[in-house]
Amino acid sequence: MKMTTIYRARRILTMNPARPEATHVAIRDGRILGAGSLDELKGWGAYTLDDRFADKVLMPGLVEGHSHTSEGTFWRYTYVGYFDRTDPEGRVWTGANSIEAAVERLKAAGAALKDAAQPIAGWGLDPIYYGERRCTRQDLDRASPTRPVGVLHASGHILNVNTKALELCGLLRPGVDHPGIPLGADGLPTGELKGPEAMMPASPHVGFDREILACDELGLRYFAKLCVRKGVTTAADMASQLPQEAVEMMARVTGEPDFPVRVVSLRRFLSIAPDELIKRALELRGASSNQLRLGIVKIVVDGSIQGFSARLKWPGYYNGAPNGLWYVAPEQLRAALAGALEHGVQIHAHTNGDEATELLLDCVEEALAKHPSRDHRFTIQHGQLINAAQFRRMKALGMCVNLFPNHHFYWGDQHYATTVGPERAERMNACATALATGVPLAIHSDAPVTPLGPLFTAWCAVNRRTASGRTLGEAERISVSDALRTITLGAAYTLKLDHEVGSIECGKRADFAVLEDDPTEIGRERLKDVRVWGTVQDGRIFEAPKAP
Amino acid sequence: MGAAPARIPVTVIGGYLGAGKTTLVNHLLRNAAGRRIAILVNDFGALPIDADLIEAQDDDLISIAGGCVCCSFGSDLMGALAKLAQRTPAPDHLLIETSGVALPGGVARSVALLAAFSIDGVAVVTDAETVRARTADPYMGDTITRQLAEADLVIVNKTDLVTPDSHADLHMWMAQAAPRARVVEAVRGRIPPEILFGGFELDSMRAGTGLLSTGNLRPIEDASARYASASFELPDAVDVERLARALADPACGLIRAKGVLRDLDGTLKALHLVGARFEVTPFAGRGPTGLACIGLRDRFDQAAIERIAGLSNAAIFSKTP
Repeated sequence: MKMTTIYRARRILTMNPARPEATHVAIRDGRILGAGSLDELKGWGAYTLDDRFADKVLMPGLVEGHSHTSEGTFWRYTYVGYFDRTDPEGRVWTGANSIEAAVERLKAAGAALKDAAQPIAGWGLDPIYYGERRCTRQDLDRASPTRPVGVLHASGHILNVNTKALELCGLLRPGVDHPGIPLGADGLPTGELKGPEAMMPASPHVGFDREILACDELGLRYFAKLCVRKGVTTAADMASQLPQEAVEMMARVTGEPDFPVRVVSLRRFLSIAPDELIKRALELRGASSNQLRLGIVKIVVDGSIQGFSARLKWPGYYNGAPNGLWYVAPEQLRAALAGALEHGVQIHAHTNGDEATELLLDCVEEALAKHPSRDHRFTIQHGQLINAAQFRRMKALGMCVNLFPNHHFYWGDQHYATTVGPERAERMNACATALATGVPLAIHSDAPVTPLGPLFTAWCAVNRRTASGRTLGEAERISVSDALRTITLGAAYTLKLDHEVGSIECGKRADFAVLEDDPTEIGRERLKDVRVWGTVQDGRIFEAPKAP
Repeated sequence: MGAAPARIPVTVIGGYLGAGKTTLVNHLLRNAAGRRIAILVNDFGALPIDADLIEAQDDDLISIAGGCVCCSFGSDLMGALAKLAQRTPAPDHLLIETSGVALPGGVARSVALLAAFSIDGVAVVTDAETVRARTADPYMGDTITRQLAEADLVIVNKTDLVTPDSHADLHMWMAQAAPRARVVEAVRGRIPPEILFGGFELDSMRAGTGLLSTGNLRPIEDASARYASASFELPDAVDVERLARALADPACGLIRAKGVLRDLDGTLKALHLVGARFEVTPFAGRGPTGLACIGLRDRFDQAAIERIAGLSNAAIFSKTP
């Protein structure tokens, strides 16, 4: 006789429109027999009634459609961000509200180190909240004049280092000529290193070793803990070159009996010819397991808006910055898209600027004419500046979108004032337009760029509130119920997992977010404050540890 | 000597897809003449090295006849450079073949951050037939325009595919599009390798054994008679920085100069020049001194060079013709 467990809950929000609410859910072998009343579920035969969730609200396990497992990696460094952030063990790190506060925290971290040469590494710095003042090497020299000190910004694209670190990497010299390295009045670098190329000479000296970051088992484990804290049971890892050793490590770790999250890891289109890429994607798909899903390809088309490397259509950046960079040529894009359609490989494409989106749509249209395909679900990732006409084209082409509403909160004020200007800032990440147009929608955190947490991302999409309190585009706000569907079924659909996860209904995997508060009752303003108890994944129960 | 360790000279090779960057690289490998060339490639394309040149291949490194190597760098150019700097023996010259949409000038500025490398020049390869149409492309036009604007050297490739009339037009156009660059023509990427590598190897000079007279200077072999070159011995001390600046003047008609010279303070300096770009660095070796220059035959003004170099006592060692 198979074991059946029936959980009683305060309320179950199923995301199944035929039965949107229930009080009980029955599971067997890690899958859902049904949601309904106890009487209805008794018909499945002998069962154990479990009351542990009697005062909790259950939702389908949340699906993070665009994150990076490196969110877990950074927690071994010292957090110095402006906002409070919870680490994998549940400890809340209060925000550092000034450069001085960040420096104090780094100094304390240094005092705990034994080896005198060991670097102090921090992360999460966001000086845009400190007014005009930039962080300099002299600031970080106060954390330690003798150890190398490095602090990675929240965006991940800027590194601040101290004098010692500049000295070690050979950049403490006059005559440095690089757009990513501002110089001080003394002709020497100020310690701010912008962009991966400028950062790289210093990174290893301050403890950010790229080799470790590329295949990081500890980081993956931390990432999984963060997922439990945020109610996430399926997360997309977007993306790496997936060398064989990384695949093997991920298969081993995700396959452990108590690993709590299904990881969907994408292969980035880089250093490989298009036909080899498709071959590799099919090979990876074959290596998938229940907890590790492989075979989707990610293509990066342009850069980022706040880094001014996104490709914008006319009239370009509000502050007059030159247009951004292409990361792929149309010829390569076309070849990859056509090959993917021919062989049934799914593509997720990163575009931020509307010109990058336009090129992608042209290329998808062309590829579809060559290889008509009914359910390709090619998805635009970020797509922050997609306009209404482009959404209409996407609908016609059968494409999905995964928008980035967290940007409104963290960088919305800068987008309004500097990058794209008021009008386009108010229609960025146009969730309402996507839904109205019928383009399948997901929303994401891009963790670690912004913190993992689909309920926070939902709050951003619902309120469009910036850090300064401005509502950035009333018209593009979406309802709480749309937002909740988007962070479950919506994201599952873009990953072609909507038949397995994303709603609580007969036959699907027993994946639940276990909540202390009811997101439909707490009020739209407080959606981000919903407390998460933990998760159930494939029928296994994971309680998030309480803060130490 | 106390001087900094020798830096590896780097040529960044940019240009849009199909212009002939890979063909050029293979041509240079076939004419490496003993130079240990390292190549970093970024493109998504198929194998970047002709099969008959490959000696061995593993995941991230292709070993090529004559001690040359090729690696792919994906998104991590700086990491690949750091690894390359560890190789022994160090390569004589590094070629970085950028992606078709990259801005090679930006790549050069990044490479220059690493102490182990010095930028020799930015070469942009263009397709004589399509380059003008490409700059009008609504998506890629400004990228190609920016590539050309950053070039020290433009190699106009596939000139066999255009009529002689349109050559002249193209040169007029290119003078606007790539104002700081010297422009050379090629078919299937065949340029004299000395244009990129210079007329002799600093390594042999460094060892102190490389007397100019023993053949370390390589008079270029130029079947097309398009290029002229000359090598000089400069026994007297010169203001090397001033000399380099003067040689960079377009009036000299130089494409490339490379030399080891005695500066006014008595120390040895290495001089590298590609088009308008030059660099003068301390040279850790013993001489002798010498300067090798290459230019387009119809623009090459040897008298001007001699005047600039104050070569009243100089021995002109070799020249073509």
